[in-house]
Amino acid sequence: MGRTQGDWLDSSRLTIIVGHGGSGKTEFSVNLALALADCGRPSTLADLDVVNPYFRSRERSDLLKEHGVTLIATSQACVDADLPSMPAELNGLIQTEARYGVLDIGGGSSGARVLARYRPKLQETSCRVWLVINPKRPLTRDAESACRELRAIEARMGLKIEGLVHNSHLCDETTAQDIREGAEVAKEVERMTGIPVICHVAEQRLAAELQDLEEPVFAVELYMKKPWEMNG
Amino acid sequence: MKKELWKGNEAIAEAAIRAGCDCFFGYPITPQNEIPEYMALRMPQEGRVFVQSESEVAAINMVYGAAASGKRAMTSSSSPGVSLKQEGISYLAATNLPAVIVNVMRGGPGLGSIQPSQADYYQATRGGGNGDYRTVVLAPCNIQEAVDLTQEAFDLADAYRTPVVLLADGMIGQMMEPIVWRDIPKRECPPKDWAASGRNGRDKNVFLTSLLIEAADCEAHNLELEKKYRAIAEKEARWQERETEDCEILIVAYGTPSRIAMSAVEQLREKGIKAGLFRPITLWPFPEQALRQLAQQERVKSVLTVEMSLGQMVDDVRLAVNGAKPVYFEGRSGGSIPTVKEIVDAAERAWKGGL
Repeated sequence: MGRTQGDWLDSSRLTIIVGHGGSGKTEFSVNLALALADCGRPSTLADLDVVNPYFRSRERSDLLKEHGVTLIATSQACVDADLPSMPAELNGLIQTEARYGVLDIGGGSSGARVLARYRPKLQETSCRVWLVINPKRPLTRDAESACRELRAIEARMGLKIEGLVHNSHLCDETTAQDIREGAEVAKEVERMTGIPVICHVAEQRLAAELQDLEEPVFAVELYMKKPWEMNG
Repeated sequence: MKKELWKGNEAIAEAAIRAGCDCFFGYPITPQNEIPEYMALRMPQEGRVFVQSESEVAAINMVYGAAASGKRAMTSSSSPGVSLKQEGISYLAATNLPAVIVNVMRGGPGLGSIQPSQADYYQATRGGGNGDYRTVVLAPCNIQEAVDLTQEAFDLADAYRTPVVLLADGMIGQMMEPIVWRDIPKRECPPKDWAASGRNGRDKNVFLTSLLIEAADCEAHNLELEKKYRAIAEKEARWQERETEDCEILIVAYGTPSRIAMSAVEQLREKGIKAGLFRPITLWPFPEQALRQLAQQERVKSVLTVEMSLGQMVDDVRLAVNGAKPVYFEGRSGGSIPTVKEIVDAAERAWKGGL
């Protein structure tokens, strides 16, 4: 395995992904669930976004199925609703030791509220909580504001954040320089909180240029497309 | 300038703050909730007013009051909520009051769906409330344009003393794009000596009303409004043309469908079909003259209108084209979004004379 992948990928059975709105949680979650499936893990993606009405990982259900990733989504009977109902299958994922799962918790600190009821069960199993940070977003543009967001999310979900996923991006206009600048902010958050940077997220086309960064680079493809970016 | 990644709704809210919006009144509804959410956070930081009202009707009437006192006031909602505001908008128009109303449209009619739509075109451009009035309607197709137009909306409203509607579909509100914050050219806005803001040494208190009980007075008032609307129609129509220099099939679309149509234009050109895009930026005033001149060019075979509705703007397109060329329509409704392929196919049919 090269520097872009590593033990960090599947060091825990469950990965809970939280972050400020627009940090790129969904894109990261979809890519992580696919990467887990690619390295042979029985991978499940749980789309637990009860806040955002559009751009949710459940919209990519065909792609996930193709790659053998099981999808669990809120209000599956009604894809276009924003109902805060948790799917029963989530209990199965949390309690079945053989399964790997990525829990995509959309909607910033408000959205993180959905985790509170699962806290006792999550604390009994192999589970890690990661915060996705995008310093290109105005309300997390520096380390101070990112830390504020981090603490707000922890308070709402009642779980500690154990890793930082640095994901500086401007959708498809991201440059390697943007990622380098953002990496500084992420490292500053690490210094302020003691929470380590797990990886830097970069589109495939940029990953090669960033191999000198201290932490692993997680090369991703952008799957959450806008209607005019989709073929057919 | 430094690019930042903004969500449409938040960007519209921040743009309003930068444009000097003094007060925001609103009520939550998907898919525009980030506007009041952002305003609730930021307006108090700026020492300005944020009120989550008890209803959309209350919000627009708070706008009416704030605007009458000379403040820059704004409200936002989504389709069913904007329906509730129509009475207030009619009163604002009647009393020559500036205000900015944002509609992040979702599927309708009724409560409809929470997915993106453009089915409030008639309501926005025809005057959804009672009486002879118009509102300026601005239709952004990306987040940069949304923030630029939101800032301009306040100036336009003040310059003409009229309500201005920012009409965005849910996709514009919910999606994220990189933008830069840049200075928007400011308009000369007349002093608000008409504001009901206390007597301030005037002979009489200012009294603003839309009640003109004598028919002759009411008509005279309406003719004055009409004069203003004519001036706006002459000066403020705006549009963008892409690949129209040699186009044989002309696609007309605004907002999100204009982005999808542009992808279709590229695919059509790869197939050897010379397609072009005409994108109205102001829906009222509709860029009628410009579209007519373009459609009249001999090389243009037909016109295709694409909307996220079952055909509303197409009426204005037909009025503009005025029978010079066949006008076809392709649309999706209720929150569904047309695909690039659907537009390519529709353009090919239009190219072959509608077969």
